[in-house]
Amino acid sequence: MNQRLFCLSSQWSWPVRGFRGHHGGGKSWSASSERGEGENPSGRKGNQVQATVLQPLRRAVAGVPAVTAPALVLISIPTAGVAPGLPPEEMERGAGASLPSRPADGTALASELVRGTRLAHLPSGFLSLATPESEQNSGLLPPPRHAVLTASQVWRNSPEEVKALGLCAPRRHLDTCLHLRPPALLLPPPVATGPPPPPHPPPRALPAAPSSPSVQRTQGWRAGAGRRRAGPEETTGWGPSSPRAAAAMPNSVLWAVDLFGKVYTLSTAGQYWELCRDSPLEFKRVSATTQCCWGIACDNQVYVFVCASDVPIRRREEAYENQRWNPVGGFCEKFLPSDRWQWSDVSGLQHRPLDGVALPSRHWEWESDWYVDENFGGEPTEKGGWTYAIDFPATYTRDKKWNSCVRRRRWIRYRRYKSRDTWAKIPSKEDPKQLPDPFNDLSVGGWEITDEPVGRLSVWAVSLQGKVWYREDVSHPNPEGSSWSLVDTPGEAVQISCGPHDLLWVTLWEGQALVREGINRNSPKGSSWSIVEPPASENGIVHVSVGVGVVWAITKDRKVWFRRGVNSHNPCGTSWIEMVGDMMMVNVGLNDQVWGIGCEDRAVYFRQGVTQSELSGKTWKAIVASRESDRSHSGSSSSLLRGHGSAPLVPSAGCFFGDEVRGSGESCAPSDTDASLEADRPGPDQPVPAESVDGPRNPRDSLASGTGRTPELAVEVAGPATQTPGPEPRPGAASTPAELPWTNIDLKEPKRAPSHSAVSFPETTGLSSLGLLPLGLEEPYGADDHPLWAWVSGGGCAVEAHAVLKWFTVQSGLSPPVQTLSLSIMPAQTAAWRKQIFQQLTERTKRELEHFRHYEQAVEQSVWVKTGALQWWCDWKPHKWVDVRVALEQFTGLDGARDSILFIYYVVHEEKKYIHVFLNEVTVLVPVLNETKHSFALYTSERTRQRWPVHLAAATEQDMNDWLALLNLSCCESRRVHGRPSPQAIWSITCKGDIFVSEPSPDLEASEHMLPCDQMFWRQMGGHLRVVEANGRGVVWGIGYDHTAWVYTGGYGGGCFQGLASSTSNIYTQSDVKCVYIYENQRWNPVTGYSSRGLPTDRYMWSDASGLHECTKAGTKPPSLQWTWVSDWSVDFSVPGGTDQEGWQYASDFPASYHGYKTMKDFVRRRCWARKCKLVTSGPWLEVAPIALGDVSIIPESPSTDRSGHSIALWAVSDKGDVLCRLGVSELNPAGSSWLHVGTDQPFTSVSIGACHQVWAVARDGSAFYRGSVSPAQPAGDCWYHIPSPPKQRLKQVSVGQTSVYALDENESTTVPAQPSRAILRLRWSPAWRAESWLRPRLFSSWVGRSPSKCGDSRLCLHGQTPKWVPTLWALLSPGNLWYRQGVTPSYPQGSSWEHVSNNVCRVSVGPLDQVWIIANKVPGSHSLSRGTVCHRTGVQPRQPKGQGWDYGIGGGWDHITVRANATRALRSRSQETATGWSGEPGLPSTPSRVAGAPHEARGPVCC
Amino acid sequence: MTDDKDVLRDVWFGRIPTCFTLYQDEITEREAEPYYLLLPRVSYLTLVTDKVKKHFQKVMRQEDISEIWFEYEGTPLKWHYPIGLLFDLLASSSALPWNITVHFKSFPEKDLLHCPSKDAIEAHFMSCVKEADALKHKSQVINEMQKKDHKQLWMGLQNDRFDQFWAINRKLMEYPAEENGFRYIPFRIYQTTTERPFIQKLFRPVAADGQLHTLGDLLKEVCPSAIAPEDGEKKNQVMIHGIEPMLETPLQWLSEHLSYPDNFLHISIIPQPTD
Repeated sequence: MNQRLFCLSSQWSWPVRGFRGHHGGGKSWSASSERGEGENPSGRKGNQVQATVLQPLRRAVAGVPAVTAPALVLISIPTAGVAPGLPPEEMERGAGASLPSRPADGTALASELVRGTRLAHLPSGFLSLATPESEQNSGLLPPPRHAVLTASQVWRNSPEEVKALGLCAPRRHLDTCLHLRPPALLLPPPVATGPPPPPHPPPRALPAAPSSPSVQRTQGWRAGAGRRRAGPEETTGWGPSSPRAAAAMPNSVLWAVDLFGKVYTLSTAGQYWELCRDSPLEFKRVSATTQCCWGIACDNQVYVFVCASDVPIRRREEAYENQRWNPVGGFCEKFLPSDRWQWSDVSGLQHRPLDGVALPSRHWEWESDWYVDENFGGEPTEKGGWTYAIDFPATYTRDKKWNSCVRRRRWIRYRRYKSRDTWAKIPSKEDPKQLPDPFNDLSVGGWEITDEPVGRLSVWAVSLQGKVWYREDVSHPNPEGSSWSLVDTPGEAVQISCGPHDLLWVTLWEGQALVREGINRNSPKGSSWSIVEPPASENGIVHVSVGVGVVWAITKDRKVWFRRGVNSHNPCGTSWIEMVGDMMMVNVGLNDQVWGIGCEDRAVYFRQGVTQSELSGKTWKAIVASRESDRSHSGSSSSLLRGHGSAPLVPSAGCFFGDEVRGSGESCAPSDTDASLEADRPGPDQPVPAESVDGPRNPRDSLASGTGRTPELAVEVAGPATQTPGPEPRPGAASTPAELPWTNIDLKEPKRAPSHSAVSFPETTGLSSLGLLPLGLEEPYGADDHPLWAWVSGGGCAVEAHAVLKWFTVQSGLSPPVQTLSLSIMPAQTAAWRKQIFQQLTERTKRELEHFRHYEQAVEQSVWVKTGALQWWCDWKPHKWVDVRVALEQFTGLDGARDSILFIYYVVHEEKKYIHVFLNEVTVLVPVLNETKHSFALYTSERTRQRWPVHLAAATEQDMNDWLALLNLSCCESRRVHGRPSPQAIWSITCKGDIFVSEPSPDLEASEHMLPCDQMFWRQMGGHLRVVEANGRGVVWGIGYDHTAWVYTGGYGGGCFQGLASSTSNIYTQSDVKCVYIYENQRWNPVTGYSSRGLPTDRYMWSDASGLHECTKAGTKPPSLQWTWVSDWSVDFSVPGGTDQEGWQYASDFPASYHGYKTMKDFVRRRCWARKCKLVTSGPWLEVAPIALGDVSIIPESPSTDRSGHSIALWAVSDKGDVLCRLGVSELNPAGSSWLHVGTDQPFTSVSIGACHQVWAVARDGSAFYRGSVSPAQPAGDCWYHIPSPPKQRLKQVSVGQTSVYALDENESTTVPAQPSRAILRLRWSPAWRAESWLRPRLFSSWVGRSPSKCGDSRLCLHGQTPKWVPTLWALLSPGNLWYRQGVTPSYPQGSSWEHVSNNVCRVSVGPLDQVWIIANKVPGSHSLSRGTVCHRTGVQPRQPKGQGWDYGIGGGWDHITVRANATRALRSRSQETATGWSGEPGLPSTPSRVAGAPHEARGPVCC
Repeated sequence: MTDDKDVLRDVWFGRIPTCFTLYQDEITEREAEPYYLLLPRVSYLTLVTDKVKKHFQKVMRQEDISEIWFEYEGTPLKWHYPIGLLFDLLASSSALPWNITVHFKSFPEKDLLHCPSKDAIEAHFMSCVKEADALKHKSQVINEMQKKDHKQLWMGLQNDRFDQFWAINRKLMEYPAEENGFRYIPFRIYQTTTERPFIQKLFRPVAADGQLHTLGDLLKEVCPSAIAPEDGEKKNQVMIHGIEPMLETPLQWLSEHLSYPDNFLHISIIPQPTD
C-alpha cells in the first residue's frame, strides 16, 4: 500500500484508529534510541536516523488493529502523485523524501501534494497536510494522508505555497490524525562531536507507569523517554517542586518554553532563565498569570502550575444537619414527609451527607475532620451550634424559643489545595465522550474583569478539532476550575488569546480572527463573535495575542501586525499596522508589554518603549539572558546548530526533508531532541569515539543541562552499573541499526548514507542544501549558546516602563545567578575594602585632628544664601497663592553647628514685607502634591497648634524637590539628625502615603513634664505606604495602598530626597496602585426612565461620592502629579450595598442609602466608576512578596527584655483576611523567611501582638479574638478565643502594648450630619478651597462622614480615592470609638469588658510602655484641617492605663502612626532640663516661636 | 551601619594641622611667630592661606613682599595640587603638625606656577572638573550645567561648604543606570621617586567581561612598580586622602567617594616608611 507512516515521538497517548499498514513488521514501534557515535566519527551523520524510524514503523503499521500508540506523527503520502513507476518500497521512499522538499523546486510531487492538500495546524505550529486522495480512499485506508512538518518549515519555504495549501476543507479526519510533539522536539539533533557529558548524579527515581492500561508503551525509540515520562499523576516523587520559580514569582517572571519543551522562567530582577525544575513534563504551551501558569504538556493534557504561597488555598465545605422537634423525643431526626434531608446543603434542597462530600481532585487534601460551627453571625452560640426556627426554611436564631420547631447546625470542613509550585494535571471528571479532544492552544486571562486582582480567571482553550472551550469556575480558591464547556465558533479555531480584561481573539483556520464580544463581569464567556479580516487576504493570521487594549498578530508571512483602535468598546479595533520584525509568535503580557519569538533566531524579543501612550512600542530587543544551567557548564557553551552571528537554526523544511531524501532508503524521521539525545549517546555496544572527545564542543551539554537530562546521559555513559531508576531494559538498541541523527551538517555530506537515493531527487537535494540552509552551516560549532524558544508568555511579568532589566546584557560569569535583593546585610557593605576605608578615615581624622582641634580653621564659616521664587498660600483672607521671593540663609555657629532661616518676602499693598522661619523650629515639611501644584507645607510647633502651615508652591517638580531636599537637610542639620532613624523611632504616614519618622525623646513618655507632641520633629522617608509598623529592634514593615508588603531596608532618603539626603544603598524603586472613583448619577422620570437629566437641585450627573463636585470621566485627574493612570474607567461592582448587573445602586433620593436592586420607590440611581492609577517612587523599602497584606503587627519589645538574637514575632492579616505569622524575622533579616498560616473560620481585618505574645485580632464581622498559647516556641499559638465586641459595635482595629489592649470600632452612630445644608456648602466650598483640593478630603470628612457600612462616602472623603478592592481599608480610616480592655491579667489575658475611652478616633497605636497614640478624626477647638491629627494620651500610668486626656500633635492629614518601637523611658533626672530638646541632643533649646507675619485672627478660613 | 555618604563628609572635612614658619632668610622687622592652621585637605594652598599671608606680612616691610610661596623640606609646594595630595606625597610619614616654610622671595619659577589671584585657582579648578567630566561623561554633565552651578561648585570649595558643593557635584558623580560606571576614571598617580609629575591614562572602571576594575587593576596596568610582587615585601604605600585603600577596592567606588573636589582621584605612591 502506498502509505507511509512515520513515528516521530512516543509522547502522544492518543488512540490511533484504523492503523492498517500493508507492510509487515512487529507490533511495537521499536525504533532504537541507541546509536553509536563511533559510527560517524566526524559527527556529520544523521541520515541513518531516519532508517531507524521508518523500519519499525513499517513493521508496526501492519497488523495492529487499534494501536493506541503513544505518540506519533504520521506522514502519509499518496504514492501515485509521487513516483508512479516505482515499486511500493521505492515509492514510499520517494514519497517520503519528496514531500517536504521546499515547494519551489517545482517537482511534480510538490505541486501534487500541495494542490488541494489541506493544511492543519497541529500543536505548536506544526501543520499537517491531508490530500484529497486520502479522503477518497478513506474506505480503504482510514487514516488520511497527512504530512507533517513544522509550520516554520512551510512558511520558510514558501508562504505562497502554504497559502495555496488550502485552509479550506473541513477536517473530518482529525480524529485519526496523529498528534505531534511540539516543534520544539523536532529540532534537528545537535551535532554530536563533543565529549560525553560530564557525569552527574543519577536522576531522581520516578515511578514509571503507563498512563493508561490500554496504552501500548513505546519502546525502543524513546525507551529512555518512556521511563522518564511517567504521567504526572504517577510521579509522586516530584519532590518539592521548583522553589526557585516560586521565589522568583514575586519579582514577576516571564515564562517561556524552549524548543525542547522545557519551561523556563526569567525574573524581571534576574538575568538568567531558570528551569522549571522537577518536572518530567515537556510543554507545548504555557500561559501565565502572576499567580499561576497554565500549560499544555506534550501528553496533550492541561496542567496548572499554581505558584507556592504561604497562604494555603483552602475552601470550606459546609453541610447542614437538620432536626425537627417532636413531642416524644424532642429534637430528632424524624422529619415530616415534606421536610428536607437530615444532612443537606444550606438550601435544604440537596442531600449532603458528611461522608458523601468528596475532594474534587487528587490535588486537594482535607485539612481537618468535620466540626460544628459554633459561631452564628459573629456571636458564639451555645448548645452545639444549633440555630432555631419555626420551620424550614425560615429565619434562624441562636436562641431556642417556644415555637422553635426545627433546628439546624452547620458542619464545616476545610479542604486545601496541595499541588502548589508543581504542574498539576487538570482532572477530567466528565464523561470521556464529552471531553474535548486534545488541546492545541490555551490562554489565560480575564483577571481584570472583576475587581479581585487574583481572583477569577478566564481559561480558554482550542482543541485540535478547532473548537473553543472555556474552563468554568477557575479562580484563586479553585485553581483547577470545574469543567470544560464548549463555546461555538463560526469557524475552525487554531489559536486563542485572552487578555487580562475583556479582549478575546481567536485565530481561525482560514486566516481571519474571531473577536469575542460581550465579555463582561456577568458573562465572562462573552456573547457573540465578530470576524476581523487579516491585514492582507493572501496572508492570513496565524497567531494573535491580546492585552488590555492591544492586539498583536502574526500573519503567515511572519510579519507582525498591531491592531489600531482596540478597546473594550471596540474590541475589533479599526485597522492593522505592520510592525518591524519577523516573529514566530508574540505574547502580550501585563501592562500591554509585548514579547515575541524571532523567526530567524528563535530568540525571545521584548518590545521596548511600550507605554500607555505608545502601545505599539518602539523597537524589538532580544533578551540575551542565558539559562542558568548554561553557566554551570563553562566548557560547553556550544551552539545548537547555530552559526556565528544571527544565523538561524530553525529546523527548516529543506533541511529536514532534504535530508530525508537522502536518508529515506532506510528510514526517516524528524528527530526530536530527546530522540537525538538518546540516539546521540553511545549505546552500550558502541564505545565513545575518541574524536568526539576531541570535538571542540558538545552542543548537547547545553541542551542536556538545560533540560535536566544530563544526569541520565551521564548514567548511560557510565554504563549499566549505574542503572537508571526506570526498570525497563533498553530495547531496540540491538534490534535496529544504530542510527545517527540527521542534522544540517549532514546536508553537506549526503553520501554518507549507504543506501542513499539522492540521485532520485537531485534538485531537491541541491536546493535543500544550497538554497534553504545558507546560513551558519559552515560554522556548526559557533560559540553562541543562545537558547531557542518555542513559546513565551508574559501574563505574569510586570515590566515597569522605567525598570532597568538585566535581560539584555550578557552577565559576567561571576554575577550571582539570581539577583535576589536580600535585606540581610549587603555583601558590598561588608566588603573588607569598605570597612577598611571607613576605619582608616576614622583613624586619619583622629590622627590629624585630635591634638590640633585648637588650631584655627583656615576657612571661616560663612553664610550661604539660596534664593528663589516660589508661591505662598497667604496666611490671611482672601487666601490665595501669591508670588514670593524666598531666601534660605545658612550659617554656622562657633561650635560648628549650623542653623538656617527661611525668609519669605512678599508684597502687600505695594509694601515689601517678609516672614521668616527658623529651621531649627520646623517640626515637619510635608510635600502636598495635588493635581496642579507642586507644593509643600512647613510646620512649626506653633503652626501645628494653629493647624496652619506655611504653604509654598514651586513652579516645577524639580524646583520643589530641590527646595524640599535643601530645607529638609537644613532642618536635619540644625537638629543633628542624620542617617537612618533609630530603632525606637516613631513612624507615621499621611493620607497621601508619605512616610515620616520622628526620633523619640525620653521625655515623650515622661510621667511629668511630658514633651508636647507638637514639638516632635518629623522627617520624611522616601516611599509610599498606607500602614507602617515598627519594633524596637529596628524591624519596620509597611503596607502599600495596593496591599503590597514592604520591609524597611535601613536606608534613608529616596523619593524626592536625592544626593546627600539619601543613603547610597538600600534605596529601591517602589510603586503603588490605587483607584480613583467617580459616580454616575441618574434620576428617573416618567418619560425616559432613568436618565442623566436630573433636577436642578440635584447633584452633578457625574460627581464624586459626595455629589458636590463634578467629576467627569474625561475631567477627572489622578490624585496628584505623582500618579498616572494605568487603566481605563470601569464600573465598580464591589461598592457596599451591592449593585445590579450593570453596577447601579438605587435609592429614593440623593443622597440616601443605596441598595443594589430597584424598587418602586427608587427615583435615583448611581453607579461607581473606578480607574486605577499608579505612583512610582523610591525609598528604603523592599517588597515582601508575594502575599498582599491588610494589616501587620510586630511585637513591641520593652527595653528591659534583652531579646536580641531571638526571632521577632510578626503577625499579619492578608488582604483576603487570612491570619499569618511571619517566621524568621530578626534584625539581620527583617523580612523574615516564611509565612505560617493561622487558620480561622472567617476573614480577619486587624491583628496586634503585645509585648508578652498576646495576640489579638479583629474579624471581619467586627468581633475580637484572642489567640491562645502564643509563645516563641509556639509562634502561631493554638486556638482562637472569641471576645465579644462592645455592645452594638463592630470592632475594626486592635492594638496591644505591654499589657494594655485597645480597640477601635467602626462607630455606627457617627454624630456628623448626613449632609450639610446648601448654605454651609457654599460657605465652605469657596473657590479658594476648590483650588485647594489637597485640603478637600479632610474638609469634607468633617461633615460628610457617614457610617462606613452604609455608604462609601466617608472613605472617599477621607482619602479622595481609596483602593476599594480592600474592604479592610476604609473602615480603618473612618472615625470610631476607642475602647480599653478592662481586666486583662496574665492569668486571664482575655480581659473582662470593654471600657469606652474616646470617640472620633481613626487609628490607635499602643506602645511597649503602654503609651497610647491615636490619629484623631478631629481635634476639638481647632480648624477642621485637623482631620487626621496625631494625638498622644496623657496621664497614662500603671494604675491609670486609660490615661486622662489628649495632647495634640502634628496634623491634619495624618492617617497612621506607630509608637510600638518606642520603649524609651524618661530619665527622671533630666526630665526638666531637656523638656524642650526633643531629640535627646542637649543644647538645642527650643526658642519661643518667632513666627512673624499675619495676625492670628486673620488665619484660617474654616469656622468650626 | 556606616553609610557611604559619610565617606564624602570625612573626605571633605579632612584637615591637616599645619605650622607655617617664615623662611629664615626673609627679612622681617620683628620676629615672625609661626602660624598654626587647620588646612582643608581638599582645598588649595593659596586659597586658604590668606591668614598666613596677612600674619607674616605684618612683620615685613612692604617693599619686601612679593608673591607668597610655600616650601616643605626644600620642595616648593605646588599650589595647584590639592593640599591633601601635597601632604600625602611629601609629608605623610613625618610628625604633625606639618611644617611649611613660607617664602616671599626668590619665587621658584621653574617649579611653581604663579598664582596672581583666586581667579587663577578657580580657573585651574574648573578646568580640572571639566577634564574629569570629559573623561567620565564626555563632558555631557558639565556642559549641561549652568554657569551658576559652576560657580556654586567653586564657591562651595572656596567657602568650605560641603552641602553647597555636593548639591551640584553629585550630578557629576552620576552615571547612566545601564552602565556600571563612568566612561573613564579620572585619576592621577603621583610618585616622588620619578621626575614625571604624574601618570594619567585612560582607564575604564569596568572590564570587558563586566568585572569592576579595582585599584589594584589600575596600578597593575599603569604603574606596576607601585605594587609589591606576590610574595615580595611591600615597598610602597598607595595613599588617597591619607588612607591606604585596599587594592581590592573597586575603582568606580573610589572615584565616586574619594575623588577630590576637582573630580580627580589623586593617588600618591610613596615609599613604605622604614620604621
